Amino acid sequence: MMILAIDTSAVASAALVSDDAPESVLASFATADTRSHAEVLAPGIHAMLSEAGVSGADLDALVVGVGPGPFTGLRSGIATARTLSFVWGKPLHGLMSLDAVALEVAESTAAVPEFLVVTDARRKEVYWARYSLADGQLPLLQDGPHVSVAADLPELPAFGAGAGLYGDILDAHPEFAAEQPDALYLGQFALARLASGEALLDSTPLYLRESDAQVPGPRKRAL
Amino acid sequence: MNRTQPLVLGIESSCDETGVGVVRGTTLLANTVSSSMDEHVRFGGVIPEIASRAHLDAFVPTLEKALADADVRLADVDAIAVTSGPGLAGALMVGVCAAKALAVATGKPLYAINHLVAHVGVGLLDDRATGRTQDLPANLGALLVSGGHTEILRINGITSDVELLGATIDDAAGEAYDKVARILGLGYPGGPAIDKVARNGNPKAIRFPRGLSQPKYMGTADQPGPHRYDWSFSGLKTAVARCVEQFEARGEEIPVADIAAAFQEAVVDVISSKAVLACREHGIKDVLLGGGVAANSRLRELTGQRCASAGIRLHVPPLDLCTDNGAMVAALGAQLVMAGVEPSGIGFAPDSSLPVTSVSLPA
Ligand SMILES: [Zn+2]
Repeated sequence: MMILAIDTSAVASAALVSDDAPESVLASFATADTRSHAEVLAPGIHAMLSEAGVSGADLDALVVGVGPGPFTGLRSGIATARTLSFVWGKPLHGLMSLDAVALEVAESTAAVPEFLVVTDARRKEVYWARYSLADGQLPLLQDGPHVSVAADLPELPAFGAGAGLYGDILDAHPEFAAEQPDALYLGQFALARLASGEALLDSTPLYLRESDAQVPGPRKRAL
Repeated sequence: MNRTQPLVLGIESSCDETGVGVVRGTTLLANTVSSSMDEHVRFGGVIPEIASRAHLDAFVPTLEKALADADVRLADVDAIAVTSGPGLAGALMVGVCAAKALAVATGKPLYAINHLVAHVGVGLLDDRATGRTQDLPANLGALLVSGGHTEILRINGITSDVELLGATIDDAAGEAYDKVARILGLGYPGGPAIDKVARNGNPKAIRFPRGLSQPKYMGTADQPGPHRYDWSFSGLKTAVARCVEQFEARGEEIPVADIAAAFQEAVVDVISSKAVLACREHGIKDVLLGGGVAANSRLRELTGQRCASAGIRLHVPPLDLCTDNGAMVAALGAQLVMAGVEPSGIGFAPDSSLPVTSVSLPA
């Protein structure tokens, strides 16, 4: 099975994963910054596919990170994935973006039985979720995703750029203090879950916050 | 690429309409629009985040319907065109990402085009009643009035040479309509609401200010002031609010119809007089009206009269092509293809304040 994975919940990243490839990865790319998704994502995917000699017809499915993440960036990945899926006629699955960091933790020497994944939600808040991890298993989502201030999180080891940002409040793991969700891990997670017959999400974005719009109150009357 | 009768797909998402249009050369094949207008009603104006969320969900269904309406397959398309600006940044982003993905998935060339110039592009589509090909007259003016923009342009060449003669320096005219409709309790969108109520009012009952019309802004034809062809509507909105407050303070009933009529007259008067002035002073003999406010009956009437007395022909496209849509993007895209302009590629960024001098982005 070959999957194109895309995530723009923080940085822009994409990966081609296949259970036939070494480490399940054929190709991948990720940007460092969190604000140029609309420019870099399509050229990145295009270059990655041509270098790997893969076309849309070769894919079995697409998977996209559905957040949580800053809205405009998040939408750029979902708009891209939905359009590619439509044109190629391939199924599109969604995965919660924090799962990518959870899998990366599970595959590292830093793995612990219970932990948090935390990313930056801007406006002095974080996106977070709580995972449990049994030996040789995929990380299991126990709670979340949520958006709140860092002080409200459970006291557990915390992984991800949001933990690094609030290292004074959270038990941030130093090796993961700048880590962002990456399509590479998202794609591997999707492969593993699809292989074991589990259903994934659809591509509905997890905004977690309403738009800021305020319904205007009645006009003040002059007396 | 077929450069004589290219099949072009156009994508628009700069404000609250998700539009996908298909043209072949100058023939309109499909114009599918999905609007999030209803979701903005309770806020009294377009909320960018709500518009962006709606674009994301509307895009693929709108594309699918446009292809079905046009009875074409993506594989047959010669080029894709997308609005890359000006407009709401988050809204533009959705259409641009979708368009780039379309280009990647199909291998078709992509043109990043200017929304304002696209409003003029509809003037080149074949007449729907007669099927006749239409030419844009040389030295064409374009008066664009909507909830997002108020501009007068000069089009020397639609694919290569467009200049901005004047524009609003604050609110767009349609925005002023929305705000005043809210002050008067007339609902959203304000344009049609005020236009309707104004018919029963006396436009001369109250005199509202015409922004930027004092000599210090206007100057003379030889020595133009800093805002000779520009508009400003924020002072007008404040004047209406003050007027309403005065009636309330005196405990009198608010003459809603008269205020609506007087407000509309102030907007339409200053728009049409400055537009006609700009045309006269630039030797422009033909003007195309575009944007959603082209649906306003008084704007069409007064602009028509003033153009006629100045010897200027006023062209008003069908109203569904005046409001934001994908067909206008496809129409301009087809002109670019036919003129031999090279595509923009997929590396560009949307630009919420793209100037009209950028008709399409270079690769
Ligand atoms: Zn427009």
